[in-house]
Amino acid sequence: MDWLFFTEVLVGGLLAGVMYSLVALGFVLIYKASGVFNFAQGAMVLFAALTFVSIQAMGVPFWLTFFITLVIMVALGLAIERVVLRPMVNQPPISLFMATIGLAFFLEGLAQMLWGADVHGLNLGFNDEPFDVGGVFISSFDVFAAAICAVLVGSLALFFNKTRLGRALRAVADDHQAAMSVGIPLKQIWAIVWGVAGFVALVCGLLWGSRLGVQFALTLVVLKALPVLILGGFTSVPGAIIGGLIIGAGEKLAEVYLGPILSGGIENWFPYVLALLFLLVRPEGLFGEKHIERV
Amino acid sequence: MFYREAGQFKTSYAADSAILPIRQDRIFIIALLLFAFVAVPGLASDYLLSGILIPFLVLSLAALGLNLLTGYAGQLSLGSAAFMAVGAYATYNFMLRVPGMPLLLALVLGGLSAALVGVLFGLPSLRIKGFYLAVATLAAQFLVEWVFTKFPWFSNDSSSGVISSPVLSVFGITLDTPAEKYLLTLAIVALMALAAKNMVRSSLGRAWMAIRDMDVAAEVIGIRMLRTKLLAFAISSFYCGVAGALYAFVFLGTVDAQAFDLNRSFQILFMIIIGGVGSILGAFLGAAFIVLLPVLLNLAGQLLHGAVSSQFMSNLEMMIFGALIIFFLAVEPLGLARLWQISKEKLRLWPFPH
Repeated sequence: MDWLFFTEVLVGGLLAGVMYSLVALGFVLIYKASGVFNFAQGAMVLFAALTFVSIQAMGVPFWLTFFITLVIMVALGLAIERVVLRPMVNQPPISLFMATIGLAFFLEGLAQMLWGADVHGLNLGFNDEPFDVGGVFISSFDVFAAAICAVLVGSLALFFNKTRLGRALRAVADDHQAAMSVGIPLKQIWAIVWGVAGFVALVCGLLWGSRLGVQFALTLVVLKALPVLILGGFTSVPGAIIGGLIIGAGEKLAEVYLGPILSGGIENWFPYVLALLFLLVRPEGLFGEKHIERV
Repeated sequence: MFYREAGQFKTSYAADSAILPIRQDRIFIIALLLFAFVAVPGLASDYLLSGILIPFLVLSLAALGLNLLTGYAGQLSLGSAAFMAVGAYATYNFMLRVPGMPLLLALVLGGLSAALVGVLFGLPSLRIKGFYLAVATLAAQFLVEWVFTKFPWFSNDSSSGVISSPVLSVFGITLDTPAEKYLLTLAIVALMALAAKNMVRSSLGRAWMAIRDMDVAAEVIGIRMLRTKLLAFAISSFYCGVAGALYAFVFLGTVDAQAFDLNRSFQILFMIIIGGVGSILGAFLGAAFIVLLPVLLNLAGQLLHGAVSSQFMSNLEMMIFGALIIFFLAVEPLGLARLWQISKEKLRLWPFPH
């Protein structure tokens, strides 16, 4: 076995995993704060990236574009809260989940109607040159993405655990009715969460968009993030990171070492099967909150 | 309806547990079936039969299968298209590799193969619940799709991976006109819907609903979790498998893994959401809605004639789809079937409000 090659694959996988974590983070954020499994996260990523690219194509400078898109995404988040979620307070989580599938369709249609379905290139002004660490080549773009991810996760973890608002968010996720009855303003909390989710979608859309090109396939990124999510646990920010690393590394290693035996193309299902195996041992994911069931 | 059940007394247990206890309902259903079996094949055009009615019936069957699993047993599945694919490929291979295999037997065997695969992917449901399970069923979706595209044995080594279906014949009669294919589909769907209706009224159906409402409580009152959950997966997958085989053979005329992708799974899920989760009627109403909506939007697009591009229309279609789903969930979470029930109750009291 070629250890250098193995390390290169492993590191590449871990860094790709960080990109998955980034998408999973958007899910965890909304789930943790409102108990909604937001399937529309991928559509929001597409929407953000398409909006960004289209505004930039009008000749607007980078930071202004970022700001305008951020405003649009937060507004979108608020609109979603107002139109989709508010009428559905106190409905079972499964109805809320299905509503977000509908939302995903709506946003995909809207994004392409507004900005067209062409594939756009996206350049963050970042030169993706691999650098050499002891004989192992590492993509500098991946490291850059990992750094952004680390900053996001750090600030979110602080936000959830150390602030008053974060505590309110967790209370809402636990039980809508109970949270309302102790005086937590449900509407405001959800508005904030969806606004922040819009922000995460934008960051995600920019990183993934510059990697894959801004196109419809961005919505499929969700399907990469789901195994990460169930592996790490829906409610855990660190879980999203660790899950992403395991899935990323596992997928790349399987592709390289297992792929040729199974005639290739296994990257679609391998993460799911890997996550499933973990789930059989720990049904709430690695870091998910244990649920005590009472009759 | 403008009729009352006054004067119709139930004098035996059999009458009490009839599927349709009111005489007028029985007459209506029999008339509907007669119309569907006798009048429709004669009156409807070939396009209506093979372009709308056959897909409607086949997708109703798949929605029925998913509704048993998700609506009654409460196990959310995003992999129904995978079980349809298993049914289609298994039926094809049984007919190909066993000489003289009759179509109906092959359909049953195809359904059983799907049931077997369903049980396999249902096993995690004993440990995993809710969204974790929904995501886990996606594993079935992707794994099955991969197996059928990567291993040419299943498609008889055909180079494109797409195979045309064999000649369909039942009891020595060759089915080649749309009307004959429609009748075959209708007969199978009617029988399986009747079976499903009875199943959900039986002890098994009640056990499913108990698990759906609260699985811990169900276990405490002595419902066997392993058996009941796996039966839900098996029976649901059987329905999906038969639907998949019909979809491939009767509707498409080809067996193609692309026809059973993730979008098909979502389509079927939408059918039961819009039609009504936990309702047999709902599966049919939902399927009718989802099959007809693109057709109607297409017609509307033709009226606008050239004013909008086809791309605009397809995006608009997606948006309307999504908006309708949200609308239904927000306004009437129990779907069209519930609306039907409400309007029946209202009409029963008409012209009085209460």
